[in-house]
Amino acid sequence: MQINDSIEGLELVYQRPATLTDTPFHYCPGCGHGVAHKLLMEVVEEMGIQENTIGVAPVGCSVFAYHYMNIDMQEAAHGRASAVATGIKRVLPDKFVFSYQGDGDLAAIGTAETIHTVNRGENILIVFINNGIYGMTGGQMAPTTLIGQITSTSPYGRDEKLIGYPLKITDMIAILPGAFYVTRQSVNTAGNVRKLKKAFQKSFEFQKLNKGTCFIEVVSNCPSGWGMTPVEANKWMEENMFPYYPLGDLKVPRTEKEKGSNNA
Amino acid sequence: MDQTLELIREARLMKGNEALAEAAIRAGVQAYFGYPITPQSEILEYLSREMPKRGGIVLQAESELAAINMIYGASGAGARVMTSSSSPGISLMQEGLSYIASAQLPCLVVNVNRGGPGLGTIQPSQGDYFQATKGGGHGDYHLIVLAPASVQEMADFVFDAITLAEKYRNPALILADGALGQMMEKVELPEEGSLEYPEKSWATVGKPKERERNIITSLFIQPEKMEKINLELQEKYRRLKEEVRYELVSTDDAEILMVAYGLSARICQKTIDLAREKGIKLGLLRPITLYPFPEEAVASFASKVDFYLVVEMNAGQMIEDVKLSVNGSRPVFHYGRMGGMISSPEEVLSKVEEILETQSVSNTSTGR
Ligand SMILES: Cc1ncc(C[n+]2csc(CCOP(=O)(O)OP(=O)(O)O)c2C)c(N)n1
Repeated sequence: MQINDSIEGLELVYQRPATLTDTPFHYCPGCGHGVAHKLLMEVVEEMGIQENTIGVAPVGCSVFAYHYMNIDMQEAAHGRASAVATGIKRVLPDKFVFSYQGDGDLAAIGTAETIHTVNRGENILIVFINNGIYGMTGGQMAPTTLIGQITSTSPYGRDEKLIGYPLKITDMIAILPGAFYVTRQSVNTAGNVRKLKKAFQKSFEFQKLNKGTCFIEVVSNCPSGWGMTPVEANKWMEENMFPYYPLGDLKVPRTEKEKGSNNA
Repeated sequence: MDQTLELIREARLMKGNEALAEAAIRAGVQAYFGYPITPQSEILEYLSREMPKRGGIVLQAESELAAINMIYGASGAGARVMTSSSSPGISLMQEGLSYIASAQLPCLVVNVNRGGPGLGTIQPSQGDYFQATKGGGHGDYHLIVLAPASVQEMADFVFDAITLAEKYRNPALILADGALGQMMEKVELPEEGSLEYPEKSWATVGKPKERERNIITSLFIQPEKMEKINLELQEKYRRLKEEVRYELVSTDDAEILMVAYGLSARICQKTIDLAREKGIKLGLLRPITLYPFPEEAVASFASKVDFYLVVEMNAGQMIEDVKLSVNGSRPVFHYGRMGGMISSPEEVLSKVEEILETQSVSNTSTGR
């Protein structure tokens, strides 16, 4: 029996967006990357901007984002995704451009590019997946790793006296005049998934206005890197990551504020 | 009469850096990304002044690292793009250049070479020859490298480098030096708009419904695929050999062949005059493309000259390519100064005379 036979006569209420390819995700069970990919591409499909959207994949677990996202894409060097996105947007100012980056990529090796891209107010969307660890290279300490958190390169727990504090780069970004919309979201519950999708929608709407950078942090998990089951990982994230990286809007455009909207 | 006037108007006195920058606009460069560094800041300054007026994009990046990755993005999006820097900044760009070479993106990079290593000096040097011609970053790849020797060529080679970069989908480098960048000479600027834009069906400009998505990447995780990409690149470098360019000066009756590029070649031209007054038959082969290197042309003199002398503003870098070309069939000597010092034509001649003396001693002793 074919899948089409089995669904004959049934009403189609949900399917993979045409903006995702049929390549299965390589992500570990429970990882937030897949959900974030899907939401982003759903928004691109629903807004009808597939033909006008160019994405930049980072070096990190999502290096192969272009295997899944059915749009024109470029793969950047580690940390340079926002510089690559700047190059694209400057020569194609009418297109929608986004970069999609992990915490090592965006907040360690690419810190300068991140800050200066936003400071120039590049009209792009930066999606920042904060899982508190280097996933791709096997679970080393990230700039966002919490105090006391054990990783393969902080086997005794992150010690702030030796290595400094977890970097709240999104808070730094929010104070830059070039930032137009800055928010911190997550994908741990159905409600938060909906909120993140809304944030993606707004960002693409804002990109049309040419008013500055939209920056969305997604506090996420890394069950494999953290050595937990998906359920444990989400619980650990809620109990430990959320207090340090509280969800909610950090900067909303004035018009939004006047309407009293709060996405948090 | 009118035509003469036109020519006079077009023949301007310009600094090398400015001639190059003006040529870039005339060659249809759509976007420039760069970061200030002496002795090439005039390029960024000139373009900051002129590009906005003439419809181009110019952006001062936060670093050379950012600049070369903006080049990657903009070139991948189909634009004709360029960056420029000097030695330390070019070092910072190497990771990006390796990615650009692997992703097969055309772009123009200019290195106005200064003395090193380290922060070095802002005076002219040819110390970056190895970096320029052997790849420079990680992996098996090459840039197309052109070496101008005059302000005129600083302008002309912009057109040539872009043409080659786009024809082969490969980054092209103009390797100049601080003296060529700073000195003023008469230059006839190439005509604006004479370089057509090629079709770039591979560029990421947004995926229309009817075509597959375009992907710009240098990641080929399966070794079988990565090997295939490497073989493709090597095949391209073989085809590139058709583009070899060099200039011969006084080589018809030459008994000694100097090999020198850029500023060193100009010094050697003077040395030829001085030598010939003394009856020493010196000739010069000036490589114009440093990659591909004119190996056959260099080798072809082995049966005609007594020895080769490679003159460079470094400790001896191009001499390795000359030796590989000559393949032991003739002695190859080197003369060079480093750290921003420029040899005089007289110094080069003294070196020639010194070699002649030791050669004649060893010739008598070996009875040749
Ligand atoms: C210049 C350079 N340095 C180091 C690496 C190795 N590397 C690949 S991914 C990565 C960390 C990625 O972590 P993150 O950005 O947090 O993304 P995640 O994998 O967790 O999604 C590192 C260090 C590299 N590819 N290039």
